Amino acid sequence: MFELLKKLTQAFGVSGNEEEIRNVIINEVQDKVDEIITDPLGNLIAIKKGGGKKIMLAAHMDEIGIIATHIDENGFIRFSNIGGVSPYTSIAQRVKFKNGTIGIVSYEEKLDDIKNLKLPKMYIDIGAKSREETEKMVKIGDVACFCGDAVKQGNFIISKAMDNRCGCAVAIEALNKLPATDNEIYFVFTVQEEVGLRGAKTSAYQIMPDIAIALDVTATGDRPEANIMEVKLGAGPTIKIKDSSVICHPEVKRMLEDSAKSADIPFQYEILEWGGTDTGAIHTTGGGIPSGAVSIPTRYIHSPSEMVDVNDLENAVKLIVEAIK
Amino acid sequence: MQIIKDLVELNGVSGSEEQVANYIKQKISDYTDEVYTDALGNLIAFKKGKSSNVNIMLSAHMDEVGFIVTGYTDTGLIKFRNVGGVDERILPGKTVLVGDNKIPGVISAKAIHLQERDEFSSNWKMKNLFIDIGSEKKDEAEKLAPLGEYICFNSSYQELGTECVKAKALDDRVGCAILVEALKGTYEFNLYACFTVQEELGLRGAEVAAFRVKPDIGIVFEGTTCSDVPETEKHQHSTRLGKGAVLTVIDRTAYSDRILVNYIYNLAKAKNIPVQFKETATGGNDAGKIQRTGKGVKVAVISVPCRYIHSPVSLMSKKDYESSKNLALLILENLSSNLDNMDKILKGVEVNV
Repeated sequence: MFELLKKLTQAFGVSGNEEEIRNVIINEVQDKVDEIITDPLGNLIAIKKGGGKKIMLAAHMDEIGIIATHIDENGFIRFSNIGGVSPYTSIAQRVKFKNGTIGIVSYEEKLDDIKNLKLPKMYIDIGAKSREETEKMVKIGDVACFCGDAVKQGNFIISKAMDNRCGCAVAIEALNKLPATDNEIYFVFTVQEEVGLRGAKTSAYQIMPDIAIALDVTATGDRPEANIMEVKLGAGPTIKIKDSSVICHPEVKRMLEDSAKSADIPFQYEILEWGGTDTGAIHTTGGGIPSGAVSIPTRYIHSPSEMVDVNDLENAVKLIVEAIK
Repeated sequence: MQIIKDLVELNGVSGSEEQVANYIKQKISDYTDEVYTDALGNLIAFKKGKSSNVNIMLSAHMDEVGFIVTGYTDTGLIKFRNVGGVDERILPGKTVLVGDNKIPGVISAKAIHLQERDEFSSNWKMKNLFIDIGSEKKDEAEKLAPLGEYICFNSSYQELGTECVKAKALDDRVGCAILVEALKGTYEFNLYACFTVQEELGLRGAEVAAFRVKPDIGIVFEGTTCSDVPETEKHQHSTRLGKGAVLTVIDRTAYSDRILVNYIYNLAKAKNIPVQFKETATGGNDAGKIQRTGKGVKVAVISVPCRYIHSPVSLMSKKDYESSKNLALLILENLSSNLDNMDKILKGVEVNV
């Protein structure tokens, strides 16, 4: 699991720029499915054919990042966010552009009050001395991801882009471990989730599944003085009840519960107060699609050091296999 | 510029776009195979392709920001609310026109002599402003300006200096004008020119227009923010007046297809059409809805920079309008005569131009 996660998390895939991560995933799944489609927005749809129920598993493969919006005469890059980027978390972080150029995120020193820090007061330094020098490496519209190595320490794994390469890893492993089944299963690796669940919307429209399950990460409440949330690292994958984008379909939720209980897989319930997932866009597609979600408890989401417990990942794979087989 | 002048002097506050639609319909009738108005009021012009079944949707919204009558005072003043995003600080002292009968009115505020010190130093809120149409009684005001009637900025087309145009509603009559020009060509692919409604209220027309058209490629033509003025830091200028057609990489509603954007940028460069990238990621437009339609659509946005946008005095450069229009025509001509290029874009392969 760690080797797979390492490969997935370290691949480049800022929203709207998912080519590299898509190719990594294609390599992992192409021998195991009957058909692979890359659709107009870039969603990867890997299909395991069958005559039974149409089940859609959606894991977004994009990650948050930044986009260069302006280059000044001294070669400093101004930027905007792609997805939820906190100015404070970004300070002194390294970012990596698609061509490998590394930059440091910093902010205008004359700022009156650090509490007022907003992205327009911040910049990226790639060590260039002039606009011309910068433009040889970075142009307006180029995107960068945050840097964060994949590290395993005991059961914990830390990396950038755990959100949501964890979901991708669970989908891939579930495909690897899937026993023969009559169900037609669509493993969908969606694009542009972080900027508004966009790929999930258009892929669900094409597939019109009987049931859909999103795989994503979720927040936890198990850190010092954390906001109250009944989710802990290592206590099992979560079955989503609701977040700001969806109230999960009771039948799907029950089906996931039954799967977990019958196979003796630990799980937790997830009520995420802030944030959404692909389920939000999928369940209102067409005439409506019964949808749910399974999430991996993750600390420090949207930082370069997102932390998960490997047992939660393994159990999520078991739960998904049990549910879709 | 005659078509821009005609279009900006028509009133088409979101939800009341008929005047604009009627004008456009009459301008394009000779150049289309089919024109229809859908349930929301979108005007959709179709031009069948000579050989290809690819659907290209061009989109520009007909509506403009304005106001709506929401009530009256006993003394015949009109209460109102905004339709679309309007900066309420610019309102006192502006003239407006109410409804199709263009009943003139002024936005009223207390005279400077009568203001308390704290009123003097703070901004007027829309809820404390009224529109005065010269009525002295409530029932007279009600008759002239019925509840729900639209209210438009009163501002005529005017050329400033040698290059600039001042008007209301440049956002997005410039886009409408470009679509009218585009319809005059003949193309190998199916062309749908969609003149949409209610963009300013949440991209509403474009959502259903795109659902009907089911495009493979969507190109949106817009008037966009331009803040290349003092008091704005350079990296927040968004776009620069006179520096050409604007390409958007990302905003709050859409992420343009990068291969399509690169193709358009390189095409502009190759033919010496001035082009610039939008340097902020704020705002949004019809592309947001078009991109998410059906199984997904590859989108791009080409805009004319408009200073003081969403006001009665938005200002554009005629050169930028020409650049945007020429770029639109160039793209369509190039795609039509090189169907390979279109094929590559649809397959997600970089195009060399």
